[in-house]
Amino acid sequence: MNDTQPALEAKEVTRHYAMGETLIRAVDGVSLSVAPGEFVALLGSSGSGKSTLLNLIAGLDRPTGGAVLAHGRNLAEMSGDELAQHRNRTVGMVFQAFNLLPRMSLEENVELPLRLAEAEYDMRAGRVRESLERVGLGARMKHRPSELSGGEQQRASLARALVNRPTILLADEPTGNLDSHTGEEIMSYIAQFNREMGMTVLLVTHEPGLAERYTHRQFYLKDGKLSNGLQAGGGAA
Amino acid sequence: MKTRDLVDLASRNLREAALRNTLTTAGIAVGVASLVAMLSLGIGLQTLTLNRLEGTGLFNTIYVYPKTNRGGRGGRGGEAPDEARPGDIKMLTDQTRKQLAAMPHVVEVFPELRFTADLRYAGAGHVTSAASVPGTAKGTGQFDSVQGSFFSSESAPEAILHMDLAKQMADEAKIQPADLIGQEVVLRYPQRKPVPAAPNQSAADQAANDEFGMGFTIAPAETKVKIVGLVENEQAGPGGLGGVRILLPLQFVEQLNAVQGSDVRSVVQSPDEHLYTSLTVKVDDPKRVTDIEPSIKQMGFNTFSLFDATRNLHIIFTVLDLFLGMFGSLALAVASLGIINTLVMAILERRREIGVLKALGAADRDVRRLFFAEAGVMGLAGGALGVFLGWAIGKIINFGINIYLHSQNLQPEKVWFVPWWLVGAAIGFSVVVSLAAGLYPAARAARLDPVQALRYE
Repeated sequence: MNDTQPALEAKEVTRHYAMGETLIRAVDGVSLSVAPGEFVALLGSSGSGKSTLLNLIAGLDRPTGGAVLAHGRNLAEMSGDELAQHRNRTVGMVFQAFNLLPRMSLEENVELPLRLAEAEYDMRAGRVRESLERVGLGARMKHRPSELSGGEQQRASLARALVNRPTILLADEPTGNLDSHTGEEIMSYIAQFNREMGMTVLLVTHEPGLAERYTHRQFYLKDGKLSNGLQAGGGAA
Repeated sequence: MKTRDLVDLASRNLREAALRNTLTTAGIAVGVASLVAMLSLGIGLQTLTLNRLEGTGLFNTIYVYPKTNRGGRGGRGGEAPDEARPGDIKMLTDQTRKQLAAMPHVVEVFPELRFTADLRYAGAGHVTSAASVPGTAKGTGQFDSVQGSFFSSESAPEAILHMDLAKQMADEAKIQPADLIGQEVVLRYPQRKPVPAAPNQSAADQAANDEFGMGFTIAPAETKVKIVGLVENEQAGPGGLGGVRILLPLQFVEQLNAVQGSDVRSVVQSPDEHLYTSLTVKVDDPKRVTDIEPSIKQMGFNTFSLFDATRNLHIIFTVLDLFLGMFGSLALAVASLGIINTLVMAILERRREIGVLKALGAADRDVRRLFFAEAGVMGLAGGALGVFLGWAIGKIINFGINIYLHSQNLQPEKVWFVPWWLVGAAIGFSVVVSLAAGLYPAARAARLDPVQALRYE
């Protein structure tokens, strides 16, 4: 990994869907660059294409055109297995709906990325504990998600995103299902990871206030296009 | 994903929908049980039939006859008499008997000794045919239904009578046939005695006596024998004792030196040594017959065996097992549809979970393997349970059959047999069928678009 290289880069990225005879341009020629350790927000109204762009960057979806690069590697050129590895090791994801598996304890949920990474068994317990303690859930390891509040579930989701020590954190409206106080708490954790661990963070949100308080830069998307490249907040990198 | 993780996750997923997966697994178990039941019935019948047939001693036996320059005994049992040249006579002597006994895998060589005898009991005589029985005949099943007991030893002065003779004797003595057991009777028979050389006989005359069979006389002799058993059945065929009414231990008969009526010419050929009309060679395994029989032929004797008949029986039973297996597999085929249904349902229910797994870094291959593992675990559990069920069904049916056989005064039989290889093969087959059934659901789960799956509520 080269530090002068952007952590994330989108070059004229498009993602079009055919819906009947109508072509939906969910992402339409977006170019942006995020430096390593930068905390940026992707803002826009519902249906603006911000989650689609996040999915393209996460490697969950492939663009119709253009290129998405993570640490200089073009995701479009990766095989299915390489993309899976990208999702497992390079990026960590948190979702609005937390997406913890309800029948597993927090400990088991957090261990999932380690299982997928085929991590050694003897190091797993330590990594899981470390991640959960980092979000203040060290005492709730054996609890199931249904026994936790929304904020705790999102913290557990953060711990799961951290456990493989990725360099990029992708957060898709992580406060969308939380009250404002709990939302602030989650944002504080994300900002802490950015600050202390040097993680590059891409936050998708529709709350400009939240974005302005926590992120270094904001990108605005409208109808799949970037409406202005750089917003207030200055560059962190 | 590591195999341990895969199995752990698969087991966890299966436990999650416990009722549905248990029912699916039970369906597989019924399928496997049906397969095991059918095949074990076929194998049981095969084992029973072959054991019974091999137990008669017919299939691990080679009958050896002298090769003569004419037809007759040499052609017995379907073996064409050889076109032997005049003088090309190979007789069965004591030396031959020893040679045959020394051959590898030969467990026993014994002659067939038959003679006419008069059995005297309660003042009445019964002229009939007597024959020798080797001690090993006890283990062949021929004497399983003997009333009384088998001979105490090969040289014991004991007799087993055929029921026809026993009834006749009992009627005359106004007793029950079973009352004859333990009775001592007199056996009169023609004994062969060498003619002593006359004081003034020349060596040439003595040689002529030998050459033309004039070297012995036949004199009446008698001995006492104890009746130890009665038999109903009659073992006919090669090596069997068809028409024989008095059975005596082999060594005891050999000591009697009785004149045999079967082939006087060969018997009188050389009065100073035992010549046999036939020798019966028992080998340790019916499969050895094909190796040993040609060797005996090379020694210059005619032979006969029934080994080919067992080979044909093996083919017939293999075809039978194949058909039984196909019918048994039908239930397993139906069960495999249950697996497909269960796994497709699981995909619908776990759509979001599959999306999460993919977002966390699961490759299509991981998702496919996970569903495969679930199918495999169901197949393994269903297979193991099915084998147990099949075994239990077999035990119950065997039990029922033996109750019926007992009520008919018949020996208990094992018509149901589950060999170890069938246990392994049935479980393996169950896993393979389950994996095959999991192919489509696994592929469908692997193809699931994670973006759509995560959006799914």
